[in-house]
Amino acid sequence: MSETTAAETTAEGGHGAVPTGPEIPSGAEPTRATARRDWPLYECFVRGKRGLNHVHVGSLHAPDDEMAVHAARDLFTRRNEGVSIWVVRASDITASSPDEKDPMFAPAGDKVYRHPTFYEIPENVPHI
Amino acid sequence: MSAPTVARPTEDELQAQFDATIAADHRIEPRDWMPEAYRKGLVRQIAQHAHSEIIGMQPEGDWLLAAPSLRRKAVLLAKVQDEAGHGMYLYSAAETLGADRADLTDKLIEGRQKYSSIFNYPTLTYADCGVIGWLVDGAAICNQVPLCRSSYGPYARAMIRVCKEESFHQRQGYELLMTMMRGTAEQRAMVQDAVDRWWWPSLMMFGPPDDDSPNSAQSMAWGVKRHSNDELRQRYVDMSVPQAEALGVTLPDPELALDEATGRYRFGAIDWAEFKQVISGNGPCNEERITRRRAARDDNAWVTEAATAYADKHAS
Repeated sequence: MSETTAAETTAEGGHGAVPTGPEIPSGAEPTRATARRDWPLYECFVRGKRGLNHVHVGSLHAPDDEMAVHAARDLFTRRNEGVSIWVVRASDITASSPDEKDPMFAPAGDKVYRHPTFYEIPENVPHI
Repeated sequence: MSAPTVARPTEDELQAQFDATIAADHRIEPRDWMPEAYRKGLVRQIAQHAHSEIIGMQPEGDWLLAAPSLRRKAVLLAKVQDEAGHGMYLYSAAETLGADRADLTDKLIEGRQKYSSIFNYPTLTYADCGVIGWLVDGAAICNQVPLCRSSYGPYARAMIRVCKEESFHQRQGYELLMTMMRGTAEQRAMVQDAVDRWWWPSLMMFGPPDDDSPNSAQSMAWGVKRHSNDELRQRYVDMSVPQAEALGVTLPDPELALDEATGRYRFGAIDWAEFKQVISGNGPCNEERITRRRAARDDNAWVTEAATAYADKHAS
């Protein structure tokens, strides 16, 4: 086996081996402009069945809100995975910092008295 | 009253936090800090996985108009549509890392990013559709199930969706082959011929041997990959041999034999020279696959342009 094989390929992703060597450039600048490039990114949420919350399932690009709903149906509910879909432009979402040490969530950390297990109840007291 | 201030963490602290998350087997999420090599490696892996799904529509897509019955046609159509969906889930995951999906498609078409070598082989008979479902999707399942625990959250979640659907792919293929094996001698010969042509390429799907796969160690240390190439390949062979026996076909490897001591199957040497040829662009169908992908992008551009024009008109 040649050494170049080693440098050029590796098993990546579910569908198998692909070249990963230095001859495969990455990060080059895009060269072509298309209309589709400008389609906004939508985050999609699906209610699996009545009684459940909508849950984030992924994202897609669409030219407008209505097309985003149609595309989300085709992409995320091909097997009856949902009874309702929400889509929202990703740019309209405001998020907290992802860091788990973020001070945003610190105030809840030392308030153990907000949890039922903080309170000791004798075992002979029923239904509590 | 002044607002509380938080010191910006240093690079070392960020790295330590990332390492701790990986060590605890927790998931990395899109807005987390991550080493640049982790991000770049993931974009490359996920994009190439996505490209494989999209190009992977073509070999079976060739048979959509020649399916032998309405039932088979409906099944094949659903399967090919799933592959498109898998590509979309994966491009979506790549975008959470800052990649642009139109750029990724351009890179594929311009030969700057690759896809799995397996899709550069032709589908010569309808039995090939069955064998792709059984062997090729079977190998994909072997690769993808561990990726459901990949350290990068969006990739792992995309893989969970993909794996749920992949089981249908494998079973419809195997059922198709069982049906043909119950048919005429000619049909059985078609199945055996397809198995002969697809067995070795499907073993190559797992990539080069471990001692020849330099990126694997880092990928496993980061929890992106969970098992080595050879480990997964061995698992695949062990799963496939009894399936071949049940089907009544012979796998084209005279050295294939059960090792009584380990309970695992020994198999013959893989032709890595062929693998290298195919992956370097010299396989039977490389040019055809990319030509068709380029045509899909360019010939259908008017559809996206029309949708954009419609959206613009109604936005104001």
